[in-house]
Amino acid sequence: MVTDRREFLIGGGRVLLIASAAASGALKYVLAGAAEQAPGYVLDDHWWAMTIDIDRCIGCGNCVRACKAENDVPREPFFFRTWVERYHLPEGDVDRPVVDSPDGGFDGFKELYRPGDGSKNFYVPKLCNHCAHSPCVQVCPVGATFDSPDGVVLVDKTYCLGCRYCVQACPYGCRFIDPRTRTVDKCTFCYHRITKGLTTACCEVCPTDARVLGDLKNPSDRIHAFLREHTIHVLKPQMATGAKVYYADLDGSVR
Amino acid sequence: MGVDTALLSQVEGFMYPNEVELQWSVLIVLYPFITGLVAGAFILASLERVFKVEEVRPTYRLSLLTALAFLLVAPLPLQLHLGHPERSFEMYLTPHTTSAMAMFGFVYLWYLMVVLIVEIWLDYRRDIVLQARSQTGVLQWVYRAMALGSDNISPRSLAIDDRVGRFITIVGIPSAFLLHGYVGFIFGSVKANPWWSTPLMPVVFLFSAMVSGIALVLLLYMLVSWVRRTAIDMRCLDTVARYLFYAFVIDFSLEMLDLVHRIYVADESFKSLDFMVKTRLFGSQILLQIIIGTLLPLALLALTQLARLSDRARKGLYATAGVLTMVGIFAMRWNVVIGGQLFSKSFLGYTVYKMDFATREGLLPAILLMVLPFVILAVLIRLLPPWPESAAHRESA
Repeated sequence: MVTDRREFLIGGGRVLLIASAAASGALKYVLAGAAEQAPGYVLDDHWWAMTIDIDRCIGCGNCVRACKAENDVPREPFFFRTWVERYHLPEGDVDRPVVDSPDGGFDGFKELYRPGDGSKNFYVPKLCNHCAHSPCVQVCPVGATFDSPDGVVLVDKTYCLGCRYCVQACPYGCRFIDPRTRTVDKCTFCYHRITKGLTTACCEVCPTDARVLGDLKNPSDRIHAFLREHTIHVLKPQMATGAKVYYADLDGSVR
Repeated sequence: MGVDTALLSQVEGFMYPNEVELQWSVLIVLYPFITGLVAGAFILASLERVFKVEEVRPTYRLSLLTALAFLLVAPLPLQLHLGHPERSFEMYLTPHTTSAMAMFGFVYLWYLMVVLIVEIWLDYRRDIVLQARSQTGVLQWVYRAMALGSDNISPRSLAIDDRVGRFITIVGIPSAFLLHGYVGFIFGSVKANPWWSTPLMPVVFLFSAMVSGIALVLLLYMLVSWVRRTAIDMRCLDTVARYLFYAFVIDFSLEMLDLVHRIYVADESFKSLDFMVKTRLFGSQILLQIIIGTLLPLALLALTQLARLSDRARKGLYATAGVLTMVGIFAMRWNVVIGGQLFSKSFLGYTVYKMDFATREGLLPAILLMVLPFVILAVLIRLLPPWPESAAHRESA
């Protein structure tokens, strides 16, 4: 069978034409990936972050319980959008902290260490750091995890493949696969609340104001004073993720 | 994965709560193992085609068919593992350009459709056309479909096939490197995980791929010769084994370089990883991968290079070394994928991997997925016999 060059080119041209028409039709759906919008909420006017004052956290677990309730997080001990760790440094040994987080601190902590026993003890609440250069966003093969323009890392659950690459890529262990949807889940800074002018569930219930949501684009937000007046640290700064959960007086032993 | 709270009792030290359950199962161990076999088998085939290592010609077509059989299966463990396999096509439609994983589909398609299928088709076109002419019934239709409408097997057109085929093979070598180096990059680029994060990862994956692919074809060549009761071409077998030895030496050196570097630099993760290798990974890493799966086959292969042994003895040593090599490379994939998830990113604790049996990501589907390429290969061999006598046209070309 012989196909002459002219016929081949014409045939090929037709296929290309149809393919590019189909691609341009799909483009608007590709571009439509906008973050959740609330009336009157302007994405570009905000840049969300959180401050955590280590010295104020009493390990009550209110935040963990509120988060699970507010965001319908599975109750089992492997799924947390936020959790609390207890650090125990016998004789102040920075290299070998003893850490526990029973059920993520959901029920608070049983007293194990007594004041005056020579050890250093404190609680570290953890959650998604909403990194400005998130490794999780970088690796998502379809862009289901994305940076919202207001500085929140979100997940489009209708798009997530459940490949778990982002879970591997997060240095902080903030992500999990929701067994009900088989898609990834994580802290959203209670996006459904903050876009309506409320604070996050965890900050709302914190009895000591240890965790406070802040808007870095709002000049009158107290976060600016907080960052100025405290010794500030982020988790694993060597990862260069641009973490936006700022810890005041964080001990060097925390990882 | 179901929720198994008993897992918590097996955690040693402290894991971040979300880390206790492993994310990537035995199926993800199969993924680099299978793609490695593809790349290795293809590189062995190109030894003959591009680098004119004439001795390995009897394995040329077998290598190509092996590569194809395994490549067809390569995406299946990934699909089975996904929470939403029905959405995987989105990787083609809306690939996220910064994601290493998003490129998988494209690298895969390129390798499958542009390199492997075209090369096999060109090499077999004459046989296919002859079969389409001589067969009857269903098989005739199968061969006619495979001929894609071509019927011209004049010396001139076969010469064109050969030239294009050679070109495709030349394109194929970097593609094979790309396929497997890329798989290494998927792991090597995860900066959050110190067990994976090394620029050596793609190179180590590549050489271990060559090792496993060559070992597989070596074993298959011996097996099919035994099944067909044909004599093994010892010159071919010796050469394949020699290349296996060379590739293995490079692979082992790279892995030792990685190990020595880790031990000497001893960064923040070292204590944690060192403890893991000496405890939870001791069996699969030190015993299976390094001693049984690397040092032993290397010693056996070295012996065949140094001593003058009878054909029978060499065959025995090659077969033993080949099997041990496959065990070793599988253990290496296991240790990378599973080992990389057993320790906490806080470097304060360890978890365990519990493999299910008859679940979606259990041992049973893993075994079936490893059997499947051999079934496909058997079908391919039936349709496209790779035996030297059916490749006579290459001699005449």
